Amino acid sequence: MSLALEKTAQPPVYSPFRRFSNLLWRRPNLYLAMLLIPPLTWFGAIYLGSLLNLLWQGFYTFDDFTMAVTPELTLANFVALFNPANFDIILRTLGMAVAVSIASAIVAFPIAYYMARYTTGKTKAFFYIAVMMPMWASYIVKAYAWTLLLAKGGVAQWFVQQLNLEPVLQFVLGIPGVGGSTLSTSHLGRFMVFVYIWLPFMILPIQASLERLPPSLLQASADLGAKPRQTFMQVILPLSVPGIAAGSIFTFSLTLGDFIVPQLIGPPGYFIGSMVYAQQGAIGNMPMAAAFTLVPIVLIAIYLSIVKRLGAFDAL
Amino acid sequence: MTLAVQFTQVSRQFGDVKAVDRVSIDIQDGEFFSMLGPSGSGKTTCLRLIAGFEQPSAGSIRIHGAEAAGLPPYQRDVNTVFQDYALFPHMNVRDNVAYGLKVKGVARQERMARAEEALDMVALGGYGARKPVQLSGGQRQRVALARALVNRPRVLLLDEPLGALDLKLREQMQGELKKLQRQLGITFIFVTHDQTEALSMSDRVAVFNKGRIEQVDTPRNLYMKPATTFVAEFVGTSNVVRGELAQQLSGSQLPFSIRPEHIRFGDGPVASHEVEISGLLHDIQYQGSATRYELKLDNGQMLSVSQANNQWLEHAVVHQPGQRLTARWAREAMTALQETALSEGK
Repeated sequence: MSLALEKTAQPPVYSPFRRFSNLLWRRPNLYLAMLLIPPLTWFGAIYLGSLLNLLWQGFYTFDDFTMAVTPELTLANFVALFNPANFDIILRTLGMAVAVSIASAIVAFPIAYYMARYTTGKTKAFFYIAVMMPMWASYIVKAYAWTLLLAKGGVAQWFVQQLNLEPVLQFVLGIPGVGGSTLSTSHLGRFMVFVYIWLPFMILPIQASLERLPPSLLQASADLGAKPRQTFMQVILPLSVPGIAAGSIFTFSLTLGDFIVPQLIGPPGYFIGSMVYAQQGAIGNMPMAAAFTLVPIVLIAIYLSIVKRLGAFDAL
Repeated sequence: MTLAVQFTQVSRQFGDVKAVDRVSIDIQDGEFFSMLGPSGSGKTTCLRLIAGFEQPSAGSIRIHGAEAAGLPPYQRDVNTVFQDYALFPHMNVRDNVAYGLKVKGVARQERMARAEEALDMVALGGYGARKPVQLSGGQRQRVALARALVNRPRVLLLDEPLGALDLKLREQMQGELKKLQRQLGITFIFVTHDQTEALSMSDRVAVFNKGRIEQVDTPRNLYMKPATTFVAEFVGTSNVVRGELAQQLSGSQLPFSIRPEHIRFGDGPVASHEVEISGLLHDIQYQGSATRYELKLDNGQMLSVSQANNQWLEHAVVHQPGQRLTARWAREAMTALQETALSEGK
């Protein structure tokens, strides 16, 4: 008893490190600030700062004759976005981004549903790897591989021939706005490659949202008399909308910004990404390139506000 | 009398585990029937078999006379109140309640009126526009109840619906559920591991153990005349006496049960209708309305004795640990028991 008392009577001596840990424990805000200030500085200065700087350059003047950029502020570049030629590029990219997002969601949903509801342990791990493995390979290699797969006399055409679907392919390629002379130079081919490349970005968020869906909700729905189709439409689909929205933000914005697939596969004609690339690389019109980068930002902002209005984030 | 639910030799196997093992029950129409047992005893599986979330591996389940094995949940005239309530988070309270009517194609106006009526019934009128996350646990519980009852099922299944509520709210809901059941006159099948809940609400209780039914009886009989050692020990507190001591006290080889509150301390000559045994007082627990004494008998067995604290403090007899006391009880208070597998060698 007395021994214990003597011991506690001594004031404890702590190392500086321990004193510092104790200080952080007493002041959680200081701790949080220490964790957050470095990444926030990086994010603010390097990322947002340079982005704003870039957009600011969109107001600079480009002299077509001397090819020189002067810091005289003008709205001409943003007005030029609405030139028929430029506006075509925007519409073409936007149309593709919407089509790719819808198709990815349709293809991804059953895979994500199966992963979330029917796999456990090793099967689930297998599916994760199978979904993500294509992302480990170089993106350019995949895009080039697809040009060969879809080329005249390529694997895709051979496959279609084996199935005796040649006339169908010819018919589809004949549709204006979809087709082209071969799959690899058609909008359809470009669309297929986009869907292939962005699919994992759609599967994983949908899978995550379905994973969070308690099985008891599906049982409750059936218990209350809903047939499987009704349960799907009334419960599963609405509750997976946040996942679909998250996935579509990926597929949508990645398609809007991509400049490699439009160059390698599909008919000639710029996409927003390849236009930015051409403006700042080949032409050196930095202000116009900067004006074009504003387009995806605005489109995604509009898209997000529509999605939000549809109630996609209500269940979050 | 019609049977609401009839199990005949029903089994449900998960791999090697027999969750439900050759269970037969008859549940009367309009009855408040509880399934009581520890976790993993098969009571919830039985409920899920009635709801249709599980299909039996063997046996027959009849709901109001019609064979239900093989029918999906949406073709059964039963509704369930889930343990986690399972309210749809993306719908407001009114849409949640109206869901069953909506999927059955009831017109909007009628289903909204009926949903409102059901919400009034559980005292949640005016809460229709709220989202489930904005409600307290007790309110969600009521919404789940309204959502099931709005379909006017003939059988309502309740899967430990009060488990997540705090004690006061639970007691209040017990009373309300019982009242509701009497008022509506439909069959309630209530799954719980809480024996006081089962005893206080039910017309009859089935006690489950390891996938089998130990006893189906009224709460009073279950408590006063437990059939097996498991029931005696699971329902309330009981002293189960076995072997030589049982032979000596009851005159029979069978184990018997004696409730702590049926035992008193006494001295002087023992009455002819009583038996007695002495032991050393080991532990005293003051429990408010009663005091629990643990008496260590000479063969090492512990005997619980419960004495009502119905005397004023100054008159109360105070016993000290280590004191030798004589416990006495009436012969008729002893109930002979069948030994159950779980209790063997205990």
